[in-house]
Amino acid sequence: MSILVNKHTKVICQGFTGKQGAFHSEQALAYGTNMVGGVTPGKGGQTHLDLPVFNTVHDAVSQTSAEATMIYVPAAFAADAILEAADAGIKVIVCITEGIPVLDMLKVKAALDGSDSILIGPNCPGVITPGECKIGIMPGNIHRQGRVGIISRSGTLTYEAVFQTTNEGLGQSSCIGIGGDPIHGMSFIDCLELFEQDAQTEGIVLVGEIGGTAEELAADYIQQHVSKPVVAYIAGVTAPPGKRMGHAGAIISGGGGTADGKYAALEAAGVATVRSPAEIGRRMAELLK
Amino acid sequence: MPVENKNYEGDPMNLHEYQSKGLFRNYAIPVPDGVAIVDAADVANVAESLGGDRWVVKAQVHSGGRGKAGGVVLTDSLQQAYNETQRMLGSVLTTHQTGPGGLPVHQVLIEKPTAIATELYLSVLVDRATRRVAFMASKAGGMNIEEVAATTPEKIITISVNPVVGLQAYQCRQVAFAYGLEGGQIRELQAIMLALYKLFVEKDASLIEVNPLVVDEEGHLLALDAKINLDDNALYRHADLLQMRDLSQEDAREAAAAEHQLNYISLNGTIGCMVNGAGLAMATMDLVKLHGAEPANFLDVGGGATAERVAEAFKLILSDDNVKAVLVNIFGGIVRCDLIAEGIIAAVKEVGISVPVVVRLEGTNAQQGLEMLNNSGLNLETAEDLTAAAQKVVALAAG
Repeated sequence: MSILVNKHTKVICQGFTGKQGAFHSEQALAYGTNMVGGVTPGKGGQTHLDLPVFNTVHDAVSQTSAEATMIYVPAAFAADAILEAADAGIKVIVCITEGIPVLDMLKVKAALDGSDSILIGPNCPGVITPGECKIGIMPGNIHRQGRVGIISRSGTLTYEAVFQTTNEGLGQSSCIGIGGDPIHGMSFIDCLELFEQDAQTEGIVLVGEIGGTAEELAADYIQQHVSKPVVAYIAGVTAPPGKRMGHAGAIISGGGGTADGKYAALEAAGVATVRSPAEIGRRMAELLK
Repeated sequence: MPVENKNYEGDPMNLHEYQSKGLFRNYAIPVPDGVAIVDAADVANVAESLGGDRWVVKAQVHSGGRGKAGGVVLTDSLQQAYNETQRMLGSVLTTHQTGPGGLPVHQVLIEKPTAIATELYLSVLVDRATRRVAFMASKAGGMNIEEVAATTPEKIITISVNPVVGLQAYQCRQVAFAYGLEGGQIRELQAIMLALYKLFVEKDASLIEVNPLVVDEEGHLLALDAKINLDDNALYRHADLLQMRDLSQEDAREAAAAEHQLNYISLNGTIGCMVNGAGLAMATMDLVKLHGAEPANFLDVGGGATAERVAEAFKLILSDDNVKAVLVNIFGGIVRCDLIAEGIIAAVKEVGISVPVVVRLEGTNAQQGLEMLNNSGLNLETAEDLTAAAQKVVALAAG
């Protein structure tokens, strides 16, 4: 078991023949992802990476029964790409693109309300079920099939958590980067819910960062609904208020969203927190002994 | 919540007050009559065209707290207006928000004074929790809203706008009654709020703040101050707004970093940090602190860290005299560590580095990269893991 995607998931790529889309599709194929085609408007009927190219997501779905998509189109066209995927009935929409205007995402979120599609991202590394399906820009080789579910707002920091849990011999059930933008798809809570239900997942790593209230809300949820051990690390203890640390979402404002506040909330919920990002894997290993 | 008003690379682009009020006028939001000038010689003409015998002189910088810092002065004569304008133009204004360096004043806004009966607070922003555009309103106008939020949160009301139907009249009335407005003022506020919402959405703003929104002695509403921050990610579709960018209000090092697609923020510590990825960069700063030192900067070299970018990153870090040692922390994902190592070696040779450098490489081809660094003959220390790297760099900076 795993969450969201597995070796049977049929995956397409939007922005398939573009530089990013092509490169990461190749990587996904090499990893063993069950890719069934891609979409580039105007290039329908061509073949790329030995897979069919379609003009629209609707065409791709009707001819391949694709269930998941990874989006690598430029920021100006990303909202459109997400909505097209949802309209075509794609179940899992992973948007890697960064730099999407906030008001575009605000409309996308409103439009997705009540739809069956799950959005991951944007501005995220994607989702991976080790050994089965890689949708995103994460390096496949650091992952191992295993027991820990990983949820993170950041890219390379996710790899850090993955690498450490691999080195500890724990491995991962699935890993999800939910993205660093203020308005995004799946939340920590959505992921926690899936990991709690997933039989393969024995422990959960939550990697948060300053800004917003997502970690505080996750703490509440964990206290009430999560029985599995959770290890959390929050980046940005040293980040000064008012400064945006790379991610549009990573900013402390109005005294809220500080790392200290998030640690306090998580600890009050019984989460095992670590102050050093180097301790994530070791702490999880202790809890799963 | 609104954020403090200093401008950073990657932050929302800020507009000056006079630019914001220009946009307000375009959307029929009432503001005091005023003209921005760059030369004190224009004061007489502007004052005459505005009329009256008193004028407000306002320094244009990207910061709040201007009044307390002497950047907003009510003048009683043409001579005084001229003198104040002369004093402000070309000066550096330091407020509690600008940091010790202050910000240069290149424009001054001359306005007709307003006889104020009541000061109110109104802002529009994206509320990430509800994923909606929201209005925040408070009767405590003129105050720092973050202070109000911290001490008396019950005095702030929040209105959330459904993007499908937009701002509704009843929501404006809710704010109007909370403000204690009556009669025609209620309709005036509604017009202002609807116009603000339209402006916010059409211009891709990330924050519009009217502090204070005032009721004048004749009972009419107008925006006495105006602050607009824009969403950088949306500037590609607003060429008109992009032209309003004032680079003199932004940190020079941070602007230089942006040119090389580096995300750099200067801080006050002694350990220079070069990292790929924003989250890992923050985590690296935290790790430095955890081991007893302070980071000198936040620096994300991004996913495609080429030799050229690594060199530029080193230059930026070393342009800060406080830096006593540098920590390079790269988790090579798609990017191969041997290529990163090549970049580091080339950069160190090109830039010439006088302080100790500790490098931690992990991920794809990490071993190969570390060997290249160790065999380079350069003054580079390598570290096996995160903790060791942080301990090493802190010790080297101290010693």
